[in-house]
Amino acid sequence: MTNPLTPPKRKDPLLRTHVGHVSPNLRSRAATAMAARAGQGRFVLQVCHDCRRATYPPRDRCPVCWGELDWQDQPRGAVIEAETTVRSSVDLFFRDHLPWRIGSARLDAGPMAIVHLHGDVKQGDRVRMELKLDRGGNPALFALPEKETSHMADDPQLRLFTADPKVRRILVTDGREATGQAVASALLDAGATTVFLGNADPLMRYPGQDRIEAIDGIEPVALNLTDTGSIEKLAAQLGGRVDIVVNTARFTRSGGVGFGGKLSDLQSSLDLEVTGLMRLAQAFAPALSARSDDGVNAAAAFVDVASIHGLTGNAGFAGSSAAAAARLALVASLRGEMAQTGIRVMSVLTGPVDDRWHQSVPPPKVTPTQIARAVVTALQSGQETICADDVAQDVMARWQADPALTIREENK
Amino acid sequence: MSQSLLSDLAVALASGAVRVIDLTNTLSPDFPVIVLPAEFGQCAPFRMEKLSRYDDNGPAWYWNNISMNEHSGTHFDAPAHWVTGKDLPSNTVDAIPAQDFMAPVVVIDISAEAAADADFVLTRTFLETWERENGRIPPRHWIALRTDWYKRVGTPEYLNLLEDGAHSPGPDAGAVEFMVHERNCIGLAVETVGTDAGQASTFTPPLPAHSILHGNGRFGLQCLTNLDKLPTFGALIVACPLKIEGGSGSPLRVVALVGETNA
Repeated sequence: MTNPLTPPKRKDPLLRTHVGHVSPNLRSRAATAMAARAGQGRFVLQVCHDCRRATYPPRDRCPVCWGELDWQDQPRGAVIEAETTVRSSVDLFFRDHLPWRIGSARLDAGPMAIVHLHGDVKQGDRVRMELKLDRGGNPALFALPEKETSHMADDPQLRLFTADPKVRRILVTDGREATGQAVASALLDAGATTVFLGNADPLMRYPGQDRIEAIDGIEPVALNLTDTGSIEKLAAQLGGRVDIVVNTARFTRSGGVGFGGKLSDLQSSLDLEVTGLMRLAQAFAPALSARSDDGVNAAAAFVDVASIHGLTGNAGFAGSSAAAAARLALVASLRGEMAQTGIRVMSVLTGPVDDRWHQSVPPPKVTPTQIARAVVTALQSGQETICADDVAQDVMARWQADPALTIREENK
Repeated sequence: MSQSLLSDLAVALASGAVRVIDLTNTLSPDFPVIVLPAEFGQCAPFRMEKLSRYDDNGPAWYWNNISMNEHSGTHFDAPAHWVTGKDLPSNTVDAIPAQDFMAPVVVIDISAEAAADADFVLTRTFLETWERENGRIPPRHWIALRTDWYKRVGTPEYLNLLEDGAHSPGPDAGAVEFMVHERNCIGLAVETVGTDAGQASTFTPPLPAHSILHGNGRFGLQCLTNLDKLPTFGALIVACPLKIEGGSGSPLRVVALVGETNA
């Protein structure tokens, strides 16, 4: 079993905060492709076109027959054939986290792989393999016990591959909307110590306010993503105390590009969702990055909840989709920047939300609870991109298979 | 006109015999703006993005880009703001004669009534009673409603927006007709977020202050402060909106000149 995590003691103010290092990021294009799939929560290996053998680590050609390789989902089972404990390393990250357990795993898919070991896994065990991203965004195989063990997620090695909300303090940007409220509750249920819940207009009541603000662990804060000063003020006050940022702010309005769309709506949505995201990142990224290896509640992630239609555009919601597209582009760049500092940047993608701005959209629509579940799952698994609902999953699957076709389909 | 009139004023200003009272709220991102039902376009609040502050974006200078709705902060409503005033001549802020930007003000104190009832409605009867006690409202004056509402700025009670709408004092149609047609006011000046009462969309006609004032070429001044510092009669309001081409209104600095004998 794993020792359950306890909230950390207050920091000694005389000690220099531990600088977060990341693993070496010079990787092949094949390894980067594996990272992209790991980020989607898939367990993939390259399989040879010709001899059909799976191979690991990532390569450019099949090591057996020189055939072309393809990424394919693989069974997650494996057996740990050998284990060892690393007690010394020149790597700046690992030398701060020794001893470190690794092992050789015979994957059910075929290859033998060097993998990171969960504390409850030992030589000879059947294990469940996960393809994780490390703090620097590189792919890594991690062996988990085949069956859930007690406090399994608290394993110190595993926790470095996730952004688990447990004992962390989390800023949720928009508490005025049902999504932000659901996300805040779910994070507390998942063990977050505190959720700082943003309120863009503290002088104005909002639906659900009494209920959500009465919950133990919720701390309402003034935060308006359209007001740079408000974000800077909050970051100055709380930057060093926020371990995860979850941005749920949205401004969705229906309308086309040439017909029915309002310029003022487009401006509002770009200001809140796009400029607002950049304001938020500029205010909080430095503080998060400075604390990426600061003990059990080290800063860990920046999560952005956006519409899946950022990938494709969407007839009837052209402006909101454009904002989502810009948001995805900013998040992609931010991910690259934050990977240098050990902070994960995650996208939670949603279909149309079941709210008052999608009244004319027929079901299925995503509920705030589903979005909240996806946020928690992404943080607990360390997954970079997650679809919160069936519509988002469907659009994503079609887009991955045929982007041009999906763009046409979503804009009919 | 006596040559000495303006120089006398200058002397009075220099000596403090004429004091300048600031009637303007500070324009800040936190200052509340009117809130409409969510399906309508919303009034953009004041926003400020730093362009440079002696930094790499401008090493020796500090300046900001600002944005807002024409009706954010302490602001001026031109006749074109309302549909009733859409066809009037000179109905936008750039076309209004500058002569109209300085006018005397009569201050009607309804602060006690407003404190007792946030939905206090100013009626013609109330104004007639007020005139019997205080004197007739002179022509071409701003009529200012002192409600002490400005003291609520920074609290939810300023907009006072409850589930059945906003609750703040304002006039009914009879009072506005009286002010416009029988007292020939230049406009209505208030401390609340609009010249109309919070519940005025339920009045008949709806929003009588906007409808009648602007339909007759009169102006509105909103979100004022310090009306409690003005005398009932005798102060002079200086309210120059920005010269926005075709503008329906404008944030502005509003001051009042108050003579010593008025104090």
